Amino acid sequence: MAYSDKVLEHFKNPRNVGTLDKSKKNVGTGLVGAPECGDVMRLQIEVDDATGVITDAKFKTFGCGSAIASSSLATEWIIGKNVDEAATIDNMEIVEELALPPVKIHCSVLAEDAIKGAIRDYRIKNGLPVEEEVKAH
Amino acid sequence: MSKRMIYLDNNATTPCDPRVVEAMLPYFYENPGNAASRSHPFGWVAEEAVDYAREQIAQLIHVDPKEVIFTSGATEADNLAIKGVYEMYKRKGNHIITVRTEHKAVLDTCDHLEKLGAEITYLDVQNDGLIKLSDLEAAIKPTTILVSIMWANNETGVIQPMKEIGEICQKKGVLLFSDATQAVGKIPIDPKATGVHLMAFTSHKMYGPKGVGALYVSRKNPRVKVTAQIDGGGHERGMRSGTLNVPGIVGFGKAAELARLEMAQDAERLSKLRDRLQEGLMALEETVVNGNEAHRMPHVANISFKHVEGEGLMMTFNQTIALSSGSACTSASLEPSYVLVSMGLGDDLAHSSLRMSLGRFSTPEDVEEAITLISNGVIHMRELSPIWEMYKEGIDLSKIEWSEH
Repeated sequence: MAYSDKVLEHFKNPRNVGTLDKSKKNVGTGLVGAPECGDVMRLQIEVDDATGVITDAKFKTFGCGSAIASSSLATEWIIGKNVDEAATIDNMEIVEELALPPVKIHCSVLAEDAIKGAIRDYRIKNGLPVEEEVKAH
Repeated sequence: MSKRMIYLDNNATTPCDPRVVEAMLPYFYENPGNAASRSHPFGWVAEEAVDYAREQIAQLIHVDPKEVIFTSGATEADNLAIKGVYEMYKRKGNHIITVRTEHKAVLDTCDHLEKLGAEITYLDVQNDGLIKLSDLEAAIKPTTILVSIMWANNETGVIQPMKEIGEICQKKGVLLFSDATQAVGKIPIDPKATGVHLMAFTSHKMYGPKGVGALYVSRKNPRVKVTAQIDGGGHERGMRSGTLNVPGIVGFGKAAELARLEMAQDAERLSKLRDRLQEGLMALEETVVNGNEAHRMPHVANISFKHVEGEGLMMTFNQTIALSSGSACTSASLEPSYVLVSMGLGDDLAHSSLRMSLGRFSTPEDVEEAITLISNGVIHMRELSPIWEMYKEGIDLSKIEWSEH
């Protein structure tokens, strides 16, 4: 199966790979997927408490090229966004941007869940209201 | 392909040896005859070429040429053997024994027969990929008509104890079929001496062309019959109708002859290259070899690189190296290799596996470059891997509650 140029580009030059200090109160971590399923994504955000803007984001992903590209793209999209705004990112936007084939849609779902998970963790840590459970797939 | 590729996927298919191609060429235009045309020289020439190829193939596996039935490949030969035996012998019983790690051509055929009333027993394998002989013995019952066990596994290269399996089947009086697709032409195979009564194999795994394979069917002690699965002109002693693929068969014959003459030296050279490849990759930490190393094809290594996903790993070098992974990330089911999972590997390790299969045209330079590129890929992917980071921090990954997907 051939990958789209955008997937290849993100795979070759992944943005924002790394780890943020999870002991910091303004850092939220989302860890989704499972090793048995062949995909694990960890996405972290650092938030400016005063403005609610995501100032930094990092990811690490165990998975195929599409999973890595989806998480790389997700970090790129959320940096600079307000937390509430970032929470509205839909997996289908990632599918479109990366031209993911149907068998790879679950990669984009994971990326969406990872963003939501990181935001949820940040909100819990800071005593902010949390939306309903991350939807299960 | 403009750039030189390193081909380490010889278990998927082998390149056609140029000497095989040369042998085939006269049978496209100069000698176009149908081997079944008995009334003119075109037919005679074709028939003679087919007879000669049949002899070359029979010699490779030490059988009578009359015991070689040409098919379109190993999948068809598997189907013919299992369905053909079932149809021919179902009055005697409906029970077939096979193994969980068989090729899909066997498993799906058994599945098909199950719907038609057959009873199928699937033997488990041990962690090293070998079956337990006592399991086989215990599974055979009065209604058992066929045992189907592959000679060597396509994913791991693990070689089953066919001689002992043959003795058990002999003692119990049941027919033994073996899918020997990965073994014929690579290691010495002698079905008669092994107690194998039917055996499927194919040309394109032994440096011959695609689209032609064979089923060995014992004619003496015992005389085995299979019901034809393709009806028509009654070719191949009525067991497989259809105009013979003369150029393909000529190539298959030439490939068999080359294998007979060169197998020993190829195997010796390739096992050294394979050992070097394996040793080079095992220098990476948290790496395991899958399958019994003492009972393994000389050219195959299946290795899991923990905390790295196989398909992603392959993307780091697939512009240069061709091989395959036990991660089935591309399949709709998202299930990793059932062969590795049957051996008791966790799904995570199955997702992290690569299969490297060397071949006649592999070179020491290929192996050195592969070690470098694969190692770099593993190191790079581990830098990207959250579970590698967690493992390095001493976190017990089995204690984490992973989200389901």
